[in-house]
Amino acid sequence: MDLAALVRSPRVLLALVALTVLWPAASASAQDGGGGSGAQAEEAGCAFTKAQAVEANGGPLGSAIWGRLCQVQDGKPTFPEGVAIVVRQGGDEVGRATTGADGVFVVALPGNGTYQVVLDPDTLPKGFALTDEDRATLDAVRVNLGDQQVTFRLGEDTRGKRDFSDYATTVAKGLRLGLILAVAAVGLSLVYGVTGLTNFAHAELVTFGAIVAYAINRAGVPFWITLPLAVAAGALAGTANDRLLWRPLRRRRMALLSMMVVSIGLSTALRNIFQIVFGPDGKRYTAASGQVERSFGPVRLTPNDLAIMGICVVVLVGMTLLLRRTRLGTAIRAVADNPDLASSSGIAVDRIITVVWALCGALAALGGILYGLSLNVKFDMGFLLLLSLFAAVVLGGLGNAYGAVLGAVVIGVVQETSGLLVDTAYKFVVALLVLILVLLVRPQGILGQRERFG
Amino acid sequence: MPADGPLADVAAEVGVAKPDPILVVDGVERRYGGLMAVDVEHLEVPRGVITALIGPNGAGKTTFFNLLCGFDRPDAGRWTFQGQEASGVKPHVLARRGMVRTFQLTKTLGRMTVLDNMLLAGKDQAGEAFWRALVPPTWRDQEAANLERAHDLLGRFKLDHLTDEYAAGLSGGQRKLLEMARALMAEPTLVMLDEPMAGVNPALTQSLLGHVTALRDEGMSVLFVEHDMDVIMTISDWVVCMAEGRVIAEGRPADIAGNDAVIEAYLGIDHGGTVTGEIR
Amino acid sequence: MSWLSIVALAIQTAIGFQGASYALAASGLNLQFGYTGLSNFGHVGFLLVGAYGMGISADRGWSIWAGFALGIGAAIVLGLLLGIPTLRLRGDYLAIVTIAAAEILRLVANARPSEPLTGGSRGIGGLSGRLGFFEPNFIPEGRYGLGDSLVFNSRQLWSMLWTWGLVLLVTLLIRALVRSPFGRVLRSIREDEDAAKALGKNVVVFKLQSFVLGGTIGALAGAFIALDSGAVTPSRWIAPLTFALYTVVILGGAGTVWGPVAGAVVYWFVLDAVDGVLNNLWFDVSDTTSGAVRLALMGIGLMALMVFRPQGILGNKKEMLAGAR
Repeated sequence: MDLAALVRSPRVLLALVALTVLWPAASASAQDGGGGSGAQAEEAGCAFTKAQAVEANGGPLGSAIWGRLCQVQDGKPTFPEGVAIVVRQGGDEVGRATTGADGVFVVALPGNGTYQVVLDPDTLPKGFALTDEDRATLDAVRVNLGDQQVTFRLGEDTRGKRDFSDYATTVAKGLRLGLILAVAAVGLSLVYGVTGLTNFAHAELVTFGAIVAYAINRAGVPFWITLPLAVAAGALAGTANDRLLWRPLRRRRMALLSMMVVSIGLSTALRNIFQIVFGPDGKRYTAASGQVERSFGPVRLTPNDLAIMGICVVVLVGMTLLLRRTRLGTAIRAVADNPDLASSSGIAVDRIITVVWALCGALAALGGILYGLSLNVKFDMGFLLLLSLFAAVVLGGLGNAYGAVLGAVVIGVVQETSGLLVDTAYKFVVALLVLILVLLVRPQGILGQRERFG
Repeated sequence: MPADGPLADVAAEVGVAKPDPILVVDGVERRYGGLMAVDVEHLEVPRGVITALIGPNGAGKTTFFNLLCGFDRPDAGRWTFQGQEASGVKPHVLARRGMVRTFQLTKTLGRMTVLDNMLLAGKDQAGEAFWRALVPPTWRDQEAANLERAHDLLGRFKLDHLTDEYAAGLSGGQRKLLEMARALMAEPTLVMLDEPMAGVNPALTQSLLGHVTALRDEGMSVLFVEHDMDVIMTISDWVVCMAEGRVIAEGRPADIAGNDAVIEAYLGIDHGGTVTGEIR
Repeated sequence: MSWLSIVALAIQTAIGFQGASYALAASGLNLQFGYTGLSNFGHVGFLLVGAYGMGISADRGWSIWAGFALGIGAAIVLGLLLGIPTLRLRGDYLAIVTIAAAEILRLVANARPSEPLTGGSRGIGGLSGRLGFFEPNFIPEGRYGLGDSLVFNSRQLWSMLWTWGLVLLVTLLIRALVRSPFGRVLRSIREDEDAAKALGKNVVVFKLQSFVLGGTIGALAGAFIALDSGAVTPSRWIAPLTFALYTVVILGGAGTVWGPVAGAVVYWFVLDAVDGVLNNLWFDVSDTTSGAVRLALMGIGLMALMVFRPQGILGNKKEMLAGAR
């Protein structure tokens, strides 16, 4: 089934429409979840980081409890001056500070420990008020690493009051994630189609692309030139995967289950080698900084978001055309359908498989780079995405490339929007539960055909 | 098969009724996308004889075969085995009822010995239940009886010198023999053989043919898929010919040999040579 | 530190609780993967429910037996829940669903809203004291062993006694099972499910039994890990632990009775020796890096084993070659 036919299929269309419309509606009726107010306050400029605190302090913080009082008024951040913050330990006062014109306070401490932090409400200037009067005293603030940020929430409680724009934006972000997943998952699905391999090391192809792009980018090459270079490196890595490992194993006629275990070994090895080489911390592309959200109708997105989604759509359409309209695509589909038959009708199966691996490597790398652009680059980013990728591929129907795209978009949107419905900690869980439910009801996936037997 | 057998008075017509059929099929259809792979209106498989299911490549023989054994589900239709409903029944249940099959590509269990392959097939084994497995006295006698039967069968199929070999170490022909012996171990009433002679050298073909006729002589019914005309003419009592998913002819081998529809089906499609659209 | 003491420490880990708990967990996996051919890539999920069974029981003031019952009960439920929808499908589905389920369990245990039950990211501590695991310990205080490095204290020996004892029990149970007609059916499913079906075996039921029993053994291993360490935290139950158990099973010899034991001992010996060497080089290696090096070596080792010695230490070369055809 091709994408055009898919979109025309009323059942699928209905399901998608229902999903996108009903999901936010359902979550609107259960809007006790946290996060809304904080997010809005941060957008209005209330977010405060340690770097800012150091700057405001005019030097290192040392052992301290610090923070900034901030209240959103008419959509703008305002900062109360002269508010007293008292720190006590075991009833004894150990430190005190008042906020400056910038709302910042830094209370020096005798060292690590557990403290009580009190804001004196009487010192709040006119127009400022605590969101919750009972939260003027914070008991048991733990300081383990020298300094600790504390937050007192000011202003009217906007929690849970999400407007349509919030929902639309969340769905758009889900779509962004879904499209990235789709780009990364198509290769996984194609490789499964032509070789039957469930490749756990696909995750590392994703990470590889992102890391290579990071290395080139940090060497001073502009990000948008880096991107095609890293994708080419990904294609090379995919080819190397097949030539150096999988093709020899296929020649040995290794069982698929054994190959799956080999791919786990490869994944574990590569991921840890990445950690040794790249370091354990997350890093950001130069192009990822300085992004400001802009409104497009009800949706708020950054220019990067738009670029990411644009690239994904172009690549996915390109892939569809490649598979449907070119000789190569026909050959790939023939091999996926029946390798023996393809071979006997003169298709060089091994060569096609290598091409598919190259494509898989390139797409995985692209997915990794774009995911890295939307968040950050880390040695295990692909591994963390792997389950979503598998979920996408199974949801769409194992080995069905179009199914993988559809599955990925569904998983991406469900994963992001479920944060509106349940605690964000359970976000990922919802996506996986959807997967298990689909397997129960329709094991062949959304687009898969009933299994044939020969 | 003597001419005065149970099928002597049966007319050579598609869907003809037979005395005491073992398998009765009605309106079975199986589609793949737009392709109708199997479309059998009515078919009765006679009891106690060897029935051959023939047809050119892509005729839907194997698909039909898989449907009957419960390994594939039809889009429509029903069938009975020994008078009992058999459509929608799981393959292992059908096997226990006596419908035991072999596979076109032999499915010997490679990392098990020839003897273990045989013992596995033993019917209604007490020791296969989880808790009883832990109490050997509850299944030891049955195991000993099965062991004896397995050795007998292996001797009959001339595999007794390979008893402790891993099945994967056997030659292609030996595997065919083992699979057939294993099917017998399961005490079938209807043996379903999917191309038992495929890829076997001529000498072994003769021996396999002997084993198949022996099954009939012991009172079992046999349904086998084959496309080698010589084989069919030699041993079958009844022949069912399929083309493009339908049964196009039925009859004794002599009736089929002169049937125009069969000849056309075989000549109309390139037979032999390359592998054509066999549905798998 | 001398090379001798590196070896001694490695032996201590291998025959100590680490080796024992891995041998136990791997025994369950061996039944599923080695004998039945089930690709359970979420084995760590079973260990997790076993461990949290203990943790939750301790938190509620219940007994150690309640802890075992809770863990085993949860493992059986989990096995049925995952097995029933997926065991009738192709093996890939089981692989993906199990690894996903294990991850779900960890994330749920880790999440803030689960704190009243699981203690969230901090987990539950002080288990062994509250459950009285070490109370019946009759081994007098002291140091037992050879030299300075290969020594165990009384608590360690107590843990080892129970865990190795259970390993022995489980191994004998599995030995009895796989040598029976039941085990023959399991192996036939591993070789070719369709052939087993064609011979009248209800393969889904057999697979489910193997899956649930293997998972229950995994839960027991998890329970003992919780008891021995006295705490249960979510960050411990991650996918690489499952992969390590696969390495153990394949190293020892998948589908062999004593494979998991041999695999676990050798695995920990090698891993700990590598660790000892890394910590004694002429330049400093950070803990994070040496951990990564260990895991990278494990991954390479797993690949090399599958490619060059799939029969492991105890497997039959001829049998394995038979499988390759």
